[in-house]
Amino acid sequence: MSNVVIGRFVAVLTVGALALTACGSKIEDTPSGTTSRAACGTVNIAVNPWVGYQADAAVIAYLATNELGCTVNKKNLTEEVSWQGFGTGAVDVVLENWGHDDLKKTYIEQQGVAVEYGSTGNKGIIGWYVPPWLAQEYPDITDWNNLNKYADKFKTSESGGKGQLLLGDPSFVTNDEALVKNLKLDFKVVYAGSETALIQAFRTAEQQKQWMIGYFYEPQWFLNEVKLVHVNLPPYTAGCDADPAKVACDYAPYDLDKIVSKKFADSGSPAAALVKNFQWTNDHQNSVALDIAVNKLSDDDAAKKWVDANRDVWQAWLKN
Amino acid sequence: MTALAGTAASVRRRAGGLTRGWLVGGVVAVWVLLWIPLRGRDTLALSTSELSPLHERLNDLRDAINNTRGSSPVFSAFFDVIRESVDALTVFLQSLISQPAYGRPVPLIGWLGVVAVATFGAYAVGNLRVAALTAAGFTSFGLLGFWQQSMDTLALTLAAVLICLAIGIPLGIWAGLSDRLNRVLTPVLDFMQTMPTFVYLAPLTLFFLIGPASGVIATLIYAMPPVIRITAHGIRSVAPSSVEAGTSLGATRWQLLRSVRVPLAKRTIVLGINQTVMCALSMVTIAALIDAPGLGQVVLRALQTLDVGTAFSAGLAIVIMAIVLDRVTTAARDRVETQYRMGPRARGRRRVVLAGLGVLTAVALYLSYTYVWAAFFPGPERGGAVGGEVADGVTRASDWVQLNLGAVTDAVRNAISYGLLNPLQSLIADSPWYLVSAVVLAIAWIVAGPRIVPTAAVCLGLLVGSGLWQEAMVTLAATLVATVIVMALGVVVGVWMGRSDRADGLIRPTLDAAQVMPAFVYLVPFLGLFGASRFTAIVAAVVFAAPVAIKLVADGIRGVPATVVEAAVSSGSSAWQVITKVQLPLARQSVTLAANQGLIYVLSMVVVGGLVGAGALGYLVVAGFSQSDLYGKGLAAGLAVVLLGVLLDRTTQAAARRLDAGAAHRGLRKGKDS
Repeated sequence: MSNVVIGRFVAVLTVGALALTACGSKIEDTPSGTTSRAACGTVNIAVNPWVGYQADAAVIAYLATNELGCTVNKKNLTEEVSWQGFGTGAVDVVLENWGHDDLKKTYIEQQGVAVEYGSTGNKGIIGWYVPPWLAQEYPDITDWNNLNKYADKFKTSESGGKGQLLLGDPSFVTNDEALVKNLKLDFKVVYAGSETALIQAFRTAEQQKQWMIGYFYEPQWFLNEVKLVHVNLPPYTAGCDADPAKVACDYAPYDLDKIVSKKFADSGSPAAALVKNFQWTNDHQNSVALDIAVNKLSDDDAAKKWVDANRDVWQAWLKN
Repeated sequence: MTALAGTAASVRRRAGGLTRGWLVGGVVAVWVLLWIPLRGRDTLALSTSELSPLHERLNDLRDAINNTRGSSPVFSAFFDVIRESVDALTVFLQSLISQPAYGRPVPLIGWLGVVAVATFGAYAVGNLRVAALTAAGFTSFGLLGFWQQSMDTLALTLAAVLICLAIGIPLGIWAGLSDRLNRVLTPVLDFMQTMPTFVYLAPLTLFFLIGPASGVIATLIYAMPPVIRITAHGIRSVAPSSVEAGTSLGATRWQLLRSVRVPLAKRTIVLGINQTVMCALSMVTIAALIDAPGLGQVVLRALQTLDVGTAFSAGLAIVIMAIVLDRVTTAARDRVETQYRMGPRARGRRRVVLAGLGVLTAVALYLSYTYVWAAFFPGPERGGAVGGEVADGVTRASDWVQLNLGAVTDAVRNAISYGLLNPLQSLIADSPWYLVSAVVLAIAWIVAGPRIVPTAAVCLGLLVGSGLWQEAMVTLAATLVATVIVMALGVVVGVWMGRSDRADGLIRPTLDAAQVMPAFVYLVPFLGLFGASRFTAIVAAVVFAAPVAIKLVADGIRGVPATVVEAAVSSGSSAWQVITKVQLPLARQSVTLAANQGLIYVLSMVVVGGLVGAGALGYLVVAGFSQSDLYGKGLAAGLAVVLLGVLLDRTTQAAARRLDAGAAHRGLRKGKDS
C-alpha cells in the first residue's frame, strides 16, 4: 500500500466518522443537588457477602434514594472490615448483624464509635442440617442420639475414618468441635472454608443422594431450592453455651440486629430514622433474596418489586 | 578425546546422581521405620479455635494499632498523605473512563473513545496486529455486558501499575547497581510475593480506609516485586564489555547509566512491566473483598449464588484484558529491537498510519464526549449483547458435567486421596516435629549441599515457633502432591509442545487463560465434581501452576540444539529414546526451574485451597481475615506459608545451581580438552 492510498483511506474514514456526529442525542449535564438531597446527605451502607443481607441493603437503599432523596453508597465488605469502617468513618450502617459480641465490645463499648440500632425482625437459626432425601429415608437421623449409628455412612476421604461434619465460612462463630467432643460423637469437623463450598456440597448431596451433614443457617435463599432438614441437638437453654469448651446444646436463636456509627446516629438524617424503624419478617427477606439469587433481578429491581407490593410495611419505617 | 572425556564426566555425574538418589531413599526408609513407633507423638497439634501465646500477642498488637490510629496525629498524617494521593490518582483515572464525573452522567471518555485510544496506543508502542487485537478485546468487554466494570478494573490496574513503575523502576535500577541494596531487597520482595494477601487486607483498611486507595495498595504490594527484580536483573546483565567501552570513553557514572546500561536493559525492563501488569490483574478478585470496584465484584457476587455462568463471563473479561495487555507489552518489547532495523520507507509508512489513527482517535474522543450512543455501550444493560448467552451456556455445561461425571470424579478423588495424599500426610504430619525436621535437613543437605542447612534450620525453627507446625505439615503434604501432578503434566505436555509447533500454537492460549482466569470462577464446578476436599484444592492449584511448568519445560526442549537431536535421530534412536536420552537431560536446567516455579505457584494457591476444603494453613488465613479473635493466628499462618515458601524455594534453587555447576564443570573440562 502506498502512502497516498493510506492517506485517502484515512480521509474517507474521517469524513465518515464526522458524518456520524450529525445524528444521536447529546449528553446533558446532570442537574445539581435538590434541597431534599441536601437534607439527607450521604449514607454509607456496608453490604456483607450473603444474599439475605443484600436484600436488606437493596430495600433500604431503594427507599433512602427514592423516598428520602439520599445519596447511598453501598460498600461490599466482610463483617470484620465493616466494623472497622465505623471507626474510620467509611461505614455508617450495618444492616444485618449476627451476634459478634467481640466486635460489639471493641467498637461499641471500648471505642464508642458505633451504637446498636434495634432488631431487623429477622430470626437467625443456626444448626446442623441434612439434605431432605436423607431425612425422608432415615427419619430418625434428625435426632442427635442416632448420629453415631450412621457415622460410618458419613465417612469421606477427608474425615480420617470418622463421620464428616462439614462447616462453611469461617466468619461464623461455631461450637462444633466442642459439640462433637462433648456429645461423644464419632465425627470429625471438616472445614469447607466458604459458604459457596458448603452450599455446593449440600446441592450435590441432594442431587446424587449422598450422605452429608453440615452446619447451616436460616434465613438463606438456598433453603428455597433445597429444603434442608434441621437435626435436633440437646435443646438450647439460657447459659448452656457460657463456657465454649463445655457446650453440649444446640445454638441459641439469633435476633439479627442493626448497628450504625455514632456519627450517623447523631446526624439527625432521615435515613437514620429509616434504618432505626426498619423491621420485617424472614418471609419478606426471602422473597427479595430469591428474586436476586434465583430470578437474577438487579438489587434495585428486586427492591422495587417488593416495595411496590408492600407499601403498608415500609410506610411505617418512614415515620420519625 | 573430547567425546571420551565428556562421556566419562557424564558417567561420573550420573553416578553422583545415583548415590544421591540412594541416600534420599535411605533417609525416607529410616523415616518410615521411625514413624511406626513414634507416630502421633510430639506433632505440636493445636485445635482450630485454640490460640498460642504468640497468636494472642499478635491480636494485642493489632488492637493496639487499631486504638492508636485515631489518637496519634503523626500516624494519621503520614498515612493520610499516601491515601489522598493514591485516591486522587485512581479517582482521576476512573472519572476519565469508568465513573460519572464533573457533573456529567457519564465519564469524560465513552466506550468509543476508550477503544480508539487503546487501539492507537497499541499501534504506537506495538504493531498493527496487536492494535487489531486491542480493538477486538476492548469491544468484547461491552459485548459481554461489563463495560463499566471492565473500565473500573482497568483504571485501578493502571493506577497500581503506574505507581509500581514510578517506584519500582528506579529502585530496580539502583538494586542492579548496588549489591548491598539487592541483598536487603531480596527477602523483602520474597515476603511481598509469598505473604497471602488475606493477611494484610483487613489491616490495610485500617491505615488507608475503605476506598480505592486500599484496593490499589493491596494490588501494588503484590505486583511491584516483579518489575524491581527484573529491572535489577536487566541492569546486571548488561555486558561488561559495553560498560567498559563507555568508561574508556570517559563517561561519568550517570552518563554510563543513562546511555549504556538503561538502553541496553530496556528490553528486559519492559518484560518486568509486563509481569507487573499480569500480577496486578491477578489481584482483581481479592481486592474486591475490600470494595475495590470492577469485575472482581461481579465474580464475588456471582459466587454467593453459585452462578457459574456470570462468574465465568466476568472472568472471561479479565482474561481478555490480561491477554490484550500481555500481547501489547510483548509487542512493545520486540519493537525496542525492530525499530532500529526499520528502513526509512517503512518508518515513513508507519508515521502516516499513526497520523491517520491519531485523527480518528481524536474524532472518536470528541464523539464519545458529546453523544450518548458513543458514551454508553449499546445493548441490553444486563448481560450485554452476548454476555447472557455465554453465561447460560457455561452454566448448562457446568451442570451437565457435574451431573454426569460425578461418579468418575469421585473415584479419581478417592484414589488420589486414599492412595497418595492420606499416607503422605500421615507420614509428614503425624511424625514428631524433630523427626520431620531432621529428615528435611538431611534431604536438603543431600540434594542442595551443606550451605542450605542453616537457612532450612532457621525456617523449621520459626515454623515450630509459629505454633502451627501440624497445620504447616498438612499443607506441605498437599503442596507436594500438587507439585508432583504439576511436574507430571509439565513434562508430558511441555515435551509435546516443545517438539510440535502445532501443539504449541494450540495449547499456549489455553495456558495463558488458565493462568489469569480468577480461581474463584472455576471453584464452583470443581466443588461440584470433587466436593469440599483437599483434592479440590490440589486441582485448583494444578490449574494455576501447571501452565508455568509446561511453558518452562517447552522452552527448555526448544532450546536443545537441533543438530544434537538430528544426530540422535540419524543414529537410529526412537522418538522415546530421543526424548528420554537427549532432550530431557539437556533441558534439565529448565525442568528444575519448572519444578521450582511449580512449587511456588502451588504454594500461592494455599489460601484459595482453604476456601474449598483444604483446611490447614489456608483455612486459618481466611479465618483470621474474617474473625477478629483469630486474627493473630491467621497472621501466624500467613507467616508459616512464607516460611514454607522460602524453605522450598531456597532448597530447589540450590539444588538447581548444583546441577548447573556440575554441567558447567563438565563444559569447562570439555573446553580444555578440545
